[in-house]
Amino acid sequence: MSFVHALTCKECGAEYGIEPRTVCDNDFGPVEVAYDYDAMQGTVTRESIEAGPASLWRYKDLLPIEGEPRTGFNSGLTPLVKADRLAAELGVKELYIKDDSANHPTFSYKDRVVSIAITKAIEFGFDTVGCASTGNLAHSVAAHAAASGLRTFVMIPHDLEEGKMVGMSVFGPRVVRIKGNYDDVNRLCSQIADKYNWAIVNVNLRPFYTEGAKTHGFEIAEQMGWRLPRHTVVPVAGGTILPKVWKAYQEFIQLGLVEDNKPAMYAAQAEGCSPVVKAIEEGVDLFHPQKPNTIAKSIAIGNPADGYYVIKVIRDSGGWGASAEDSEIIEAIQLLARTEGIFTEPAGGTTLACAIKLIQQGRIPRDEPICVCITGNGLKTLEVMQGRFTETPVINAKMGEFDTLVKQIEEQTTESTPQTV
Amino acid sequence: MSDTITIQIPTPLRPQAGDNATVDVTGSTVGEALGALTQQFPELGGRLFKEGGNEVNRFINFYVNDEDIRFLENLDTPLKGGDELSIVPAIAGG
Repeated sequence: MSFVHALTCKECGAEYGIEPRTVCDNDFGPVEVAYDYDAMQGTVTRESIEAGPASLWRYKDLLPIEGEPRTGFNSGLTPLVKADRLAAELGVKELYIKDDSANHPTFSYKDRVVSIAITKAIEFGFDTVGCASTGNLAHSVAAHAAASGLRTFVMIPHDLEEGKMVGMSVFGPRVVRIKGNYDDVNRLCSQIADKYNWAIVNVNLRPFYTEGAKTHGFEIAEQMGWRLPRHTVVPVAGGTILPKVWKAYQEFIQLGLVEDNKPAMYAAQAEGCSPVVKAIEEGVDLFHPQKPNTIAKSIAIGNPADGYYVIKVIRDSGGWGASAEDSEIIEAIQLLARTEGIFTEPAGGTTLACAIKLIQQGRIPRDEPICVCITGNGLKTLEVMQGRFTETPVINAKMGEFDTLVKQIEEQTTESTPQTV
Repeated sequence: MSDTITIQIPTPLRPQAGDNATVDVTGSTVGEALGALTQQFPELGGRLFKEGGNEVNRFINFYVNDEDIRFLENLDTPLKGGDELSIVPAIAGG
């Protein structure tokens, strides 16, 4: 049994059946899955969730599938790291890293949304799936589709990082590289979904796909011991995850699973692609699209479809936004690696760099629980870190040479103090 | 040489556009071309624009030969014969 009630337009409230659907027919507003929360009361409990599988499917009652999960059996339930060393460095009391760089099987938050989308594609009877992607989504769609025996087309900008290309090609999808940026790819995909009877996960399965992003928020709450961070910093690209983490918090509040501590949401964007943050800073409701120019390619979306809702949630929740320069993104990647042993991609560096700015600006108080959402893995974007480390010494396999080297290293260490922010 | 502008109609709007995937109009700006389109198919007007106004529905993007009109001159963006004007719903991604 599912608690899904209908698809409803977020703008005009028009209701639709559970079907592949891109937008509302009336006003092109996004459609969202509506649930029967009354029926969940007393049935969806902390205990029922804790008794579920060790994956994102433990939140199945709050996800829009009708039958059993068809993929993603090991996706989600990623580590929530209590980041005490990083907290000490930043001078904050309680800091968590929600670490989707460790997601299964493709090391990004996208394994959440794709688990739901591919399950839904199978439920609807599609034999071909696809996506518009900056890389991470393509990896996830290709991997989940391969494991499900579906034909796959992934549409990507022509200039993705080499690691991202290998990481999707290995699963055997048809990769289509498109001249232009992600927004060009996305526009083409919406036209492809119109013409071909394929499940384009972020187009005609979007209402179901986006619901998967809630599991990131559900897990934060459960892993914090059934409570919410007071401040959550989330990267913003197309604008899916931030409003959905917020929705997850609100659903848990509504079901009485966590106390309402008025959680505030904060957007992180790269300076070279920051339409949402600019709109927040300028106090306007509508963002102006940008032509992205940043090393954080996985979040280089200048025309975010859900940007309007990101701005709204941030306002409603009392949060804010920040943007980070490429150099700050690199520094933050290294800081997270050095303090917590987590290697994230530039999107994660952006999120941490922006969290640091918001703390320094006093927007996020130092004495309240903070969660920084890390959504991707640094091993996919090695290029951005190349040449940033001192040359590694080579010695012969002789103990004497090793002793000399260690002595040199120890002398260097006492001379220089660790770098701080 | 023809001064025809071809407008690409997305699936959700085709019922209001006589089930056409493309509609040919004339007009020297995006605003004029859309005016000609909505004159021919009045039901489209309420979908493309907020009620009664010139303000574009925020979930619809217009592209002239693959460029978003917000990077050009919005509804004042000039058109010439042979140009293609696409109506595309905003789409999520990542």
